[in-house]
This record gives sequence, C-alpha cells and structure tokens, in this order.
Amino acid sequence: MAGHTPTATRRFIDPYLGGALLGLVLFLAFFVTGGGLGASAALSRVSVGVLDVAAPAHVDRVGYLAELAGGQRSPWAHSSVYMLVGTLVGGLASGLLNRRVRFETLRGPKVSVRARWAFALVGGALMGYGARLARGCTSGQALSGGAVLSVGSWAFMLAIFAAGYAVAWTFRKLWN
Amino acid sequence: MAPLDLSTVGALPAALLFGLIGFGFGFVLEMTGFGDTRKLAAQFYFKDMTVLKTMFTAIVVAAVLIFAASSFGLLDLSRVWVNPTHLWPGIAGGLIMGVGFVVGGFCPGTSLVAVATGKLDGMAFVAGALVGVGLFGETVSQIQPFFLSGDLGRFTLPDWLGLPTGPVLVLVVAMALLLFVGAEVLERRNRNAAVADAPKARALPRFRRGGAAVLALVALLVAIHGQPDAATRLARNAKLGRLVAERGIFVDPAEVVALRKDLALHVEILDLRDESAFNLFHLARAGRVDERQLVERTFLRPLQEAEPNTVIFLVGQDEPQAFSAWRELRTRGVVNTYVIEGGMDHWLDRYPVPSCVATRAAGKSWSFRYATGESLPSAAPELAASRRFKVPCSDAPARDGSPKTTEHEIRWPDYPFTKHVKLQLKTLVKGGCG
Repeated sequence: MAGHTPTATRRFIDPYLGGALLGLVLFLAFFVTGGGLGASAALSRVSVGVLDVAAPAHVDRVGYLAELAGGQRSPWAHSSVYMLVGTLVGGLASGLLNRRVRFETLRGPKVSVRARWAFALVGGALMGYGARLARGCTSGQALSGGAVLSVGSWAFMLAIFAAGYAVAWTFRKLWN
Repeated sequence: MAPLDLSTVGALPAALLFGLIGFGFGFVLEMTGFGDTRKLAAQFYFKDMTVLKTMFTAIVVAAVLIFAASSFGLLDLSRVWVNPTHLWPGIAGGLIMGVGFVVGGFCPGTSLVAVATGKLDGMAFVAGALVGVGLFGETVSQIQPFFLSGDLGRFTLPDWLGLPTGPVLVLVVAMALLLFVGAEVLERRNRNAAVADAPKARALPRFRRGGAAVLALVALLVAIHGQPDAATRLARNAKLGRLVAERGIFVDPAEVVALRKDLALHVEILDLRDESAFNLFHLARAGRVDERQLVERTFLRPLQEAEPNTVIFLVGQDEPQAFSAWRELRTRGVVNTYVIEGGMDHWLDRYPVPSCVATRAAGKSWSFRYATGESLPSAAPELAASRRFKVPCSDAPARDGSPKTTEHEIRWPDYPFTKHVKLQLKTLVKGGCG
C-alpha cells in the first residue's frame, strides 16, 4: 500500500454481525413505526424540494411531483426525510469513531478520480431512476419488503443481482 | 400492541423517532463497510461477498423477529406495511439498478453513508441519483401503463406458495444459511484476488456458528407456534376487544338505512348466508360471500384498499355468523367494517315483508314462500318511493293460475338509533421508500 497515507482506521465488523445488527434496526423500524427502512424516497423528496424552489409552477403541473410538493405542500416534512438525516448522522458518527471520515475518492486501481466521479454520477442516475420505477431501493424494497416476505421485493432483489452480475464483466476495468 | 399509532405521538417525537432509526441504519452500514464502494463492487466479482452476507442476514434476522413478534402477540401484522407487489416495473427497476450498482458502485442507502464519511465518489453518486429520481418524476407520465402494470397488491411468499407463514420462514432461513456457506466457499477460492485496498472485516467464527443455530431454532419455534388466527388476533387487540364488548361494532338496521341515503358514503353490504337464503331475500345491492371465500386475496384486497368513505356491513341470518366474518376482516386490516345487529331476522322484524310472502314463527327465522331477491321494499327501506308496491301472493292464486295481486302500502317508522359508525382512516407508514 505504498503511496497511501498511513491509516489508523479500524477494521470493519464481521459482515454477519453487521447483518444481524442491521436486521435488528430493521425489525425495530417495523416494530415501532410499522414500516421499514429506506433512502430513495427521501432522495426523491430532496430532488423535488430543490425543484420546488427553482420552478414551483412546474412542480404543480407535473402530477408525480405535485403529489410530493404541489401548492403549499412541503416535500421536506416527511418521515423518509427525517430518516435520511438520521442515516447521514449515523454514518458520520460511526465514521468518526472508526476514523474513516476523510475527503477522498475510493475507486478501482485502474480508474482515474475524474472517471470514477463520472461513472458514479451515471450509476447514481440509473439507480435513482430505477429506484423510483421499482417503488423503492435496495433498502426500501429489497431489505424491508424482503423481511416481510413480499413477492415483489424478492423478485426485485433477484433482478438487481442478475443485472449486476450480467454487466459485471463489461465493467470489470472499473473495479479490478 | 405494536406498531405504534404514529398519529398519536405528535409530529416532533415522530420525526425524532424516524431520525433515530435512520441513525441506527447509517451507523450499522458504516461499521460494516458499506461506505466503501470497493467493498460493495467486489460483490459482483465474487471477491468480497459482504453485500450478500450482510443483506441476507439482515433480512432473515428481521423476518424471524417480525414473525416471532406476531406469533407471540407483540406485533399486529395487519398494521405493518408490506411493500405491494408491482411485478413488472419492480423487475425492470431492479435490472436498471443492478447496472447502476456496478457502474456507480453504490445503492442509494450506502451512498448516503459514503457522503457522511466524506467520500467524493459517494457525493457524485448522490448527485446522479437526485438527477435520476428527478428524471423519473418528469417522465413517469409517458410510461404510466407500464408503471402500473403487474399490480398484485399485498402479496407475500406464503400467499404465492399457498403455505402457512411458518414453513416459508424456515425455508427462507435455510436458503440464506446455504447461501452463506456458498459465499464463504467462493471467497476462499478467490482469496488471492482480494480487492486491492478494500479493508477486510474482522471475522467472528464463533458468533457465526452460534448465530446461525439460534436463528434456525427461533424460526422453527415460530413455525411450530404458528401465526395467530382471527379469534386470537382479536383477543390480543385491547382496543377492538373493548369496542366489541361495548357492542360498538353492531349497527342498528335504522343506521344502515340512514347511511344508505348518504351520497358521500359508499355503503357495501356483504351477506354471509347461503345461496338459497340469499335468493329468497336480500338487501338491495348486497353481495353474497362465503366465509371461506372471505379471506381469499382476490376478495380481500379490494376491501383492504377501499376508499376511506367506504363502510362495509356484514349480515348473516343471525349475529354470530356475521361476527365471525367481521373478526376475519377487521383483524386483517379492513377498517370501517360493521355487523348488522341481530342479522337478517332482526332486519325483517324492523322492516317486515307482507305476511303473504313470508312469516316468522316464534323462535324461528323468517320463512319465505318464494324468492324475492331484492324486489321488496324491505330490501331498500331508504327509498320512500318504493313503499307503495304491488306484491303477488301465491297463497291465493286466481283460477287461471296466475298469482293474485294485492296492493300494499307500508310505512315504517323512523326508528331511533345510537350512531355506531365512525369513519376511520387506515394509516400505514409506507417505509422509507413509499
């Protein structure tokens, strides 16, 4: 690892322990609120919220957007947004405790920083679009729906892994 | 019984609650290494199976806990949000996201953790995701038919397989454990090709074995103990139990008549009696349903998803029959459901038919001479115009064989009643992605 800054980061916890803890959080979310976890709905609300400042008339005209932020309706006052803030704070807290908070770009060994950003942007756009089409992301559909044995969520989960493995070879230079 | 009714806790505590759950979510994701894109992407090259291991562990742990809580009466599943199945857009979205995962190196939840720990690639990803969801909002009207296709509603693996929840849970846990064994084998085989720079996790072999055993054991226990039936679910629901004890779910026929006049409401009447009784006499626009058919998905779903101004009345020959149906529906999350007090016999006592059509002997049910369906005014007492009517009476046929027709005029009093129907909104938290 020559050329890298000396790291004092702690090791990640056992993936199964992480999974068990994540399962516990997911269960508590269901037990207390009746709903699971999620991230993409909040992203949708942030996106609409920004648009609502820039072009409120447009938001009022497009049905899908008006449902979130039409007229006087605020896209921000929603459980998913509170959860998003919590997720950011939680990630930061664990990152600080484990000394992993650092401005850096993590990437495959053969990819430039700029290229990684560009691919992250494009991948993010695909993810965002796909998550709304599937009515949920990996957390809101796969994790939450999977835990309550929803057929659609399991089909969705299989689709993600199938497509990921199908294109992995094409994009192997990105990561290997 | 859990879950909390969030409408009663106030806006700020609810917001804090969701924030706290999010905190746990973000904290655990970061601890497990989900803020590191290399660890995530390595999943697709069989080098580091953390994503699969963590995700499936989380799913089965949560599933076992959820169904254990329901099995032992701590959690009311009818008030738990189950992502409705929209099969085709779900699969299409999943395929797009699979590509996005490999190209972008994150999924939405993990990208947030990457942002929180200062990862610039995570920020680029979130920026892209914001564009993506925005783009979807702008274009969804073009693909509306597809977006709404494959709609199966609340459809679970047990529904699909036609098995009780317990065995399915055991199957899912067994499948996950097998998957983990496979993942370990794959990782060991690709050990030398371990992803450059991606930090490894600390392995806890003892915890793994013990955890797997506990999980399998609890799943088996839940399967043996089973999920509660309608009577048990009702017994565990203090609020509903009180309502039943106070007879708040039993509605006077006069209230049903009054509500049928209300244009702002959609009144639905479900008749539990057998087909012959139904043909002899039933309330206007009533539908007949067998108790067995009542809990089938195709029948249940429209009731569960009914508009909030829908009131459902159940009627049997007597009260217990309708009450048992009420118990099934209400504990499956069908709100605004009531039982017509005293059943059809009581209804006919209040709004009787001419004695040449039907009579009631003491201690017995009404007995009809021929099928009247919903043709008699008693089937729709709310229609004042129908009170004057002609009815053929078969007990005194004319010589040519055609039934003798007598004209009746009936004027029922406006019976006083205590209002029991209170419209209730069904509130379900839709989860973070709703």
